[in-house]
Amino acid sequence: MKRIFGILAISLFIYACGGDDTTVSTDDTDTVTPVTFDRSAMLTNWADNIIIPGYQDFVAKVNTLEAQVASFTDTPNDLTAVRAAWLDAYTTWQRVSMFEVGPAETVNLRLNVNIYPANVATIEDNITAGSYNLDLSSNRAAKGFPAIDYLLYGLGEDDAAILAIYNGTNGDAYKQYLLDITADMKTLSTTVFNEWEGDYKETFVANDGASATASTDRFVNDYIFYFEKHLRAGKMGIPGGVFSGSVEPNNIEALYAGGISKDLFIVGLNATQDFFNGKAYNSSAQGESLASYLDELNAIKDGADLSEIINSQFDVSRTVVSALGNFEQELAINPPTNFLNAYDEVQRLVPLLKVDMVSAMSISIDFADADGD
Amino acid sequence: MSTRITTYLNTQREAAPLAVFRVFFGVLMFASIVRFWSYGWIKKFYIDPSFHFTFYGFEWVKPLGDYTYLLFAICALSSLFVMVGFKYRWSIIIFFVSFTYIELMDKTMYLNHYYFISMLSFLMIFLPAGAYFSIDAITLSRKRNTTPPQFIPAWTIDSIKLLLGIVYVYAGLAKLNSDWLFKAMPLKIWLPSKFDIPLIGNLMGEEWVQYAFSWFGAGYDLFIPFFLLYKKTRPYAFVMVIIFHVLTRVLFPIGMFPYVMIVSALIFFDAAFHKKIIYAFAKALKYPTALLKTSKQYVPSSAISKKYAVAVVVIFFVIQILLPWRYLAYPGELFWTEEGYRFSWRVMLMEKSGYAQFKIVDGVTGRRFYVDNADFLTPLQEKQMSFQPDFILEYAHYLRDHFESQGHQEVQVYVESYVALNGRLSTTYIDPEVNLAEIEDSFKHKTWVIPFTDEIKGL
Repeated sequence: MKRIFGILAISLFIYACGGDDTTVSTDDTDTVTPVTFDRSAMLTNWADNIIIPGYQDFVAKVNTLEAQVASFTDTPNDLTAVRAAWLDAYTTWQRVSMFEVGPAETVNLRLNVNIYPANVATIEDNITAGSYNLDLSSNRAAKGFPAIDYLLYGLGEDDAAILAIYNGTNGDAYKQYLLDITADMKTLSTTVFNEWEGDYKETFVANDGASATASTDRFVNDYIFYFEKHLRAGKMGIPGGVFSGSVEPNNIEALYAGGISKDLFIVGLNATQDFFNGKAYNSSAQGESLASYLDELNAIKDGADLSEIINSQFDVSRTVVSALGNFEQELAINPPTNFLNAYDEVQRLVPLLKVDMVSAMSISIDFADADGD
Repeated sequence: MSTRITTYLNTQREAAPLAVFRVFFGVLMFASIVRFWSYGWIKKFYIDPSFHFTFYGFEWVKPLGDYTYLLFAICALSSLFVMVGFKYRWSIIIFFVSFTYIELMDKTMYLNHYYFISMLSFLMIFLPAGAYFSIDAITLSRKRNTTPPQFIPAWTIDSIKLLLGIVYVYAGLAKLNSDWLFKAMPLKIWLPSKFDIPLIGNLMGEEWVQYAFSWFGAGYDLFIPFFLLYKKTRPYAFVMVIIFHVLTRVLFPIGMFPYVMIVSALIFFDAAFHKKIIYAFAKALKYPTALLKTSKQYVPSSAISKKYAVAVVVIFFVIQILLPWRYLAYPGELFWTEEGYRFSWRVMLMEKSGYAQFKIVDGVTGRRFYVDNADFLTPLQEKQMSFQPDFILEYAHYLRDHFESQGHQEVQVYVESYVALNGRLSTTYIDPEVNLAEIEDSFKHKTWVIPFTDEIKGL
């Protein structure tokens, strides 16, 4: 009898100690070689070889853009250099957009630098008013790359007309706005980069457990969210009318520059695939990654490797999208059959990532903290 | 035979085990509701969502807006009344009704252990669990100058044991399938992700551990009721109960269920053990000891109600024993179609996830577009919907009605869906050519579910 009471007491004690859904963090004791996949190695590879170099490159490109905007506003007589710097920064953005976790999530980087289509009315109102608070969420669609796209390509019919505005009576207000939104991007991206360089990297790598709040789980969720909502839907699905039933050519990325939204999509697609494979930024070196994690878990399905299946679907998507004309041309066809077929190939990746990969890793998607059975 | 039955039905036992069970049940139910409330789950799961999945035939059971809190409060209060045995029969009826109503509000929240609580509380309506060591007993002794009972019919205690036995044995039988036993699925998926649990984390990736857990789990479920029944093995079996349920608690987010099962298993112990507990409590609470030793037998308020109670409990158990087998009436793989999966004690049995994208077609204009599920469903609802046909169909009908109210005509609904089961590559789940807007829900076999491409052998 006493023994049972003792056991009961111990079990209730365990119950009392075990708060719900908390993971007990233990010190890294040197025990036997773990037979499980080393998540901290993967997180380190992500941080050191992909995320931080990516942000570093992005900040550098934004700085170049800022310099070019400064020299353009100084003497607005040629758009070539500033446009090239904008495109370079915008292209690099496609490679870091998916890292919306930690510092980037705190400042809502993606929402602040790339909401498109730009809200032209708000931009013009701000410029007319001459005073604006770029921190307001109501101004999010009036800044970032899409706003610069409008200011460098959309102000007039041709380059001469655009330059005329910068050199006109209201030119100073336009110049100032261009300077301000570039400075805003610089501030945000520098903040994020510095945080990663500072304490956040360690926080990120140290949180190497398996729970809904662990780095791996959160990052994978954000990664899939980016792929599904921003890359697939934002860059292709919405303009293609997939969700509305009618083509929306005005919702493509880089609307005013024209002809480059497909290229931006491809850069984004490549970046998500490189991330999946743990490929270092601007190099062919590969480290621990989602792909190697799947291999470690022996995720053999139907005799084929899941990481191979996912990679080959990435390749098919890239091939099919690359074969298209630019998005403006494709969306001018009614219905845009080739464009939608290409979208379908990109779409095939969603269940592979969201169902197969996540299920193999036992990561809960869109984590909801409810009880299970 | 009939005399044996009559003899059994008239056999009397100490009322202590049932009273202890009632007290713990009340405490745990109250704790469960407080916990649920404190996590903000009432708002999150029952008030915030604009759409709720309903159970077939219970479409009229809906959340009550802000009154949902009141419903939970009533449920919590009745569980306290059950605990102290105050107007026991009314309290347990109110608990059963309010708790079951809560569970019927949204199918998304279905869990076997909630169903278990519903069934248990229904059974308890017909048991004299409030007759002993209760406020009712005190009132009875004061008001009518009568003495409360010390003994109750044996069957009223045994029926709880039987219900627990059914839960365990059926959970064990459900594990007797090739995925569980010969592929260690789904534990092979679930355990490796638990690498950061202290002490045992490093073992979780070992294949032999995954197999050991699978086989041990199946064996435990199948045999534990018998080891609990047999006096000599009982203490060891109870230690196993604690180890098993604490382990599941550590490994999986299953809320209060482990504690409910641990405490329930106490019912198998002798009356002497329960009397110790009651006497200890009585001393602390200054409960009159005279009321604990009355030597009186429990007498139902009338002979009719006695017969009636036995009849209901017998029918109840016949249904409980037959219901889990209803899947045999359906073709195809149960884990895939889920026809007859619920209400059958299939707990933590498969790793299944899916993806469902709905295509809406306006039958008149021919306009077509896809739905963003996040516009209508919470993440949890979407997750549950994506791999269960009845959810998919109900949601498709909801979408049809929604878009028709928006001015679209003759709306057709198609779904492009993929489901992965126990580590297999995801395959198409629902026939993408079928217009779900026209399909009526029923208990008939769902021909629009694409058959499972593999085979899982077993019961």
